[in-house]
Amino acid sequence: MTWDNSAITIATLLPLAGALVIAVVPRENEATIRALGIVFTGAALVVAIAIAGGFDYGAGSALQFDLDTAWIPVISARFHVGIDGISLPLFVLTFAISFLCAVYTWRFVPSPGRAKGFLALMLLLETGMAGTFIAFDLILFFVFWELVLVPMYFLIGIWGSANREYAAIKFFLYTLFGSVFMLLGFLAMFFTAEPSTFDIVELQRYAQQGGFSQGFQLVVFGAVGLGFAVKVPMWPFHTWLPDAHTEAPTIGSVLLAAIMLKMGAYGFIRIALPILPYGAEKYAPWIGALAAIAIVYAALACLAQRDLKRLIAFSSVGHMGFVMLGIATLTPIGINAAIFGMVAHGIITGMLFFCVGSLYDRYHTREIAEIGGGVMQKLPYLGGVFAFVAIASLGLPGLAGFWGEVMALLSAFNPSSILDQAGLTFLFRVFMVAGGIGTILTAGYFLWMLQRVNMGTLPEKWREAGFGDVVAVEWVSWTPLLIAMVALGLFPSLVFGVTQEPVEALARVLGGG
Amino acid sequence: MNQSIDYHAILPETILSGTILLVLIADAFLSARRKWFTMPIGFVGTVAALIATLTLIGEDRTTFDGMFVVDGFAVLFKTFFLAVALLVLLISLRYFRDGRFYQGEYYFLLLTSFLGCLLMPSSRDLLMLFISLELVSAPGFLIAAFRKSDPRSNEAGLKFFLIGVLSTAVMLYGMSLIYGVTGSLNLGEIAAALSEPLSSGQETLVLAAILFVVAGFAFKVSAVPFQFWAPDTYEGAPVPVAAFLATASKAAGFAGLLQLMFVAFVNQHEFWTPIFAALSIATMTIGNLVALQQQQVVRLLAYSSIAQAGYMLLPFALVSSDAGVNQDAFAAAVTYILIYAIMTLGAFAVVIAMTRESRGLLISDFAGLGRRAGLLAFAMTVFMVSLAGIPPTAGFWAKFVVFGAAIERGGIGTVLAVIMIVNSVISLYYYMAVPRQMLFVEPEQDRPLMSPALVTAVTVITTVAVVAIGVWPELIARFPPLSTLVER
Repeated sequence: MTWDNSAITIATLLPLAGALVIAVVPRENEATIRALGIVFTGAALVVAIAIAGGFDYGAGSALQFDLDTAWIPVISARFHVGIDGISLPLFVLTFAISFLCAVYTWRFVPSPGRAKGFLALMLLLETGMAGTFIAFDLILFFVFWELVLVPMYFLIGIWGSANREYAAIKFFLYTLFGSVFMLLGFLAMFFTAEPSTFDIVELQRYAQQGGFSQGFQLVVFGAVGLGFAVKVPMWPFHTWLPDAHTEAPTIGSVLLAAIMLKMGAYGFIRIALPILPYGAEKYAPWIGALAAIAIVYAALACLAQRDLKRLIAFSSVGHMGFVMLGIATLTPIGINAAIFGMVAHGIITGMLFFCVGSLYDRYHTREIAEIGGGVMQKLPYLGGVFAFVAIASLGLPGLAGFWGEVMALLSAFNPSSILDQAGLTFLFRVFMVAGGIGTILTAGYFLWMLQRVNMGTLPEKWREAGFGDVVAVEWVSWTPLLIAMVALGLFPSLVFGVTQEPVEALARVLGGG
Repeated sequence: MNQSIDYHAILPETILSGTILLVLIADAFLSARRKWFTMPIGFVGTVAALIATLTLIGEDRTTFDGMFVVDGFAVLFKTFFLAVALLVLLISLRYFRDGRFYQGEYYFLLLTSFLGCLLMPSSRDLLMLFISLELVSAPGFLIAAFRKSDPRSNEAGLKFFLIGVLSTAVMLYGMSLIYGVTGSLNLGEIAAALSEPLSSGQETLVLAAILFVVAGFAFKVSAVPFQFWAPDTYEGAPVPVAAFLATASKAAGFAGLLQLMFVAFVNQHEFWTPIFAALSIATMTIGNLVALQQQQVVRLLAYSSIAQAGYMLLPFALVSSDAGVNQDAFAAAVTYILIYAIMTLGAFAVVIAMTRESRGLLISDFAGLGRRAGLLAFAMTVFMVSLAGIPPTAGFWAKFVVFGAAIERGGIGTVLAVIMIVNSVISLYYYMAVPRQMLFVEPEQDRPLMSPALVTAVTVITTVAVVAIGVWPELIARFPPLSTLVER
């Protein structure tokens, strides 16, 4: 076991070790527990950065840092992990956001307190999320995928707001429902492949040789796609998201939006597209249609929202619509846009939920009408940060949100040649126009929200309120994200340089399929 | 008649029989305050029987003229039953001691029932199967009614008894018809006789007989529509007895069913696989849907075990002429039975700890257990998550191997797999009801819950087992394929 072999496994399992350590610390030692949370997430982040440093950016499409050992011979599942250009940005994002969340919990653990359980579950969640991005065996992928359900259920159900129990069980049942169909799809792939294997790389090779029949691919893409679609979430499978995001505690919402949603889109890119290219080709117009509907529907829903957090939640649906539109075009530009969009959305929407959480900590309400406006007057720094992040989210050029949106729309103008041959270019251009309209509506609801929340006169009842502006802990956890938004906006090659090569390899597979 | 008996093959049963007699005699001589001593006596005897069973690993012995066989299948199930016996003895001690029951008699009856369980996987003969089944059930009727002053307990025992003997009578009738047609009681010889073409009258008779025999075992495993006794019996019986019925008794029924369907009736699979498919679907669905309504914990676990029996019946519906698929289905059934018993036993152990506070335990009585007894709450959460089949717990792998066998079979298997997964999602809702109460709701009184040391020990052992198997399923999953009864 060398560093090369074990680095990503160490990074992924460090949070789990942290959760076990925290479990044995007596619950009275709050400070120790919160410090341990920061230590373990920090250590995992350091390892992840070391991996990013040691990554060979010239060979992004090959699997690096990989490890392939026996795990469960009786069902032919192996412990195969690795990282390539597509998963690296998401992998690093997971650890970065989790670390910032741990820093945030130094000061802010939502009611009813109990930092021990909160941090243990958060660390377990981190392991599950990171593991999904490194797994190259379908069963291993599935175990990590499901691993996130139980901690998130408890995070929402114990530390959430008024309607938390309903939101938690809805989240659990809905996502589980999609996942089990995904499992059946995985089993079908296993039994059809010659020789039977769960290994993603092997299955890809088998698929490229034409091993999976067209009818098979259509059925299995539907099953597997359903599981991923619920997670993304694609319209109309998105209904769990507004409740889950709104009722979850701040950290829960941040992790859910920033990373867990990416698992679904990543699943499409990693598993569904390369192993079932014919299925991808046939389902692409449908995915594109649902994505376009999601963009417009989410924007309209946001315009109607009175609850600030629910507004941000619906904006997530819209942004993931752009991601899925990029994927649906099956082009390098589109898939690159999707991955960039995922990273940018993670940073920006994570930050948005932090802002809303901070507003809630102070105002104890999420209703826009209740807040009434004038946040810029009362809390200039918080208002300023909130405005900055909202503008980044609506896609202002120069900030991170721009590139994902614009390139997704650009790729929709020129979808992949196989889609072109099927006469679908016009349809995709219609999606592009819908996306463009969605962008206008997105700007509309964000600016209107800023007007109602940030600007205007401060209502009487808040004038004498005793809460203060942004505190040190918040600055420490937010500044890296704010810097990242600008950095990615000005230097998109930070992500594209990594993802370009493997995405082009993937597109070649799709073109040939 | 001169017959050589292979004493090594029947050594575990002999030791356990000796223990049973010793328990009864000891009970006669112990003073009233010391009656609980009978449990350690039984425990030591069971450990001795377990060691004897382990000496039979890798052996292939036949005795009593082919009625009694010791092979991989038999040794696996015997080891399993004895391990379950040890755990049930541990959780029974304090319950029966404090409840002022007849203790010596209880351990005598319990161990006799386990003796029947030991005989079951070795029974390759219809008569032997019947004897084993009766030996498992009859003491069960008595210990289910053990709480003499409680009308619910009496009702439990009586319902169990009446439905039990009715099913056994039907089963015996079926067995006699099989004997009439094939001229033999030995399972292997029956299979050989049935593989030859029969006259149409005999064919119909055989198929009807198979139905009757299956009915007898379907009662034992509480398959729909033979499940009506289960919720009332589990609820009324003393909780350790419910634990025993839900795990060992059910597993014994499945052991018998596996031998019958995969050895004796394997050639008639085109007839009975659709029947098992229907049984499986009905059992899962009704078990899950009715469980959603339950407020009382033991009834919830009863309906949960009915639904789980539905999942365990699924591999039977996958049998075809492909020996590879049959082996995978067989291994899947055995794996599920083993893992199911561990999870359910753990859940019952936690319930036993809770019953010290309230009889007739409701789900709402679990409120705030997270604060009052963190270890028990964590353990119960693990068991509930495992029963629902969420990774990384043992229950997920149990469901996974069944899905695998179903998808491998294709056709009816795919349909059954889809129905099973929909049922699993539905079941999550009621399985999560208990952790919801334990962790989301504040307790009424903040007093810590004191649970008997042995019950806590069993809880810890089963929790560790569930998590360990969940992370590394090889621990248990490698055994069932090695103990298959399916011929290649």
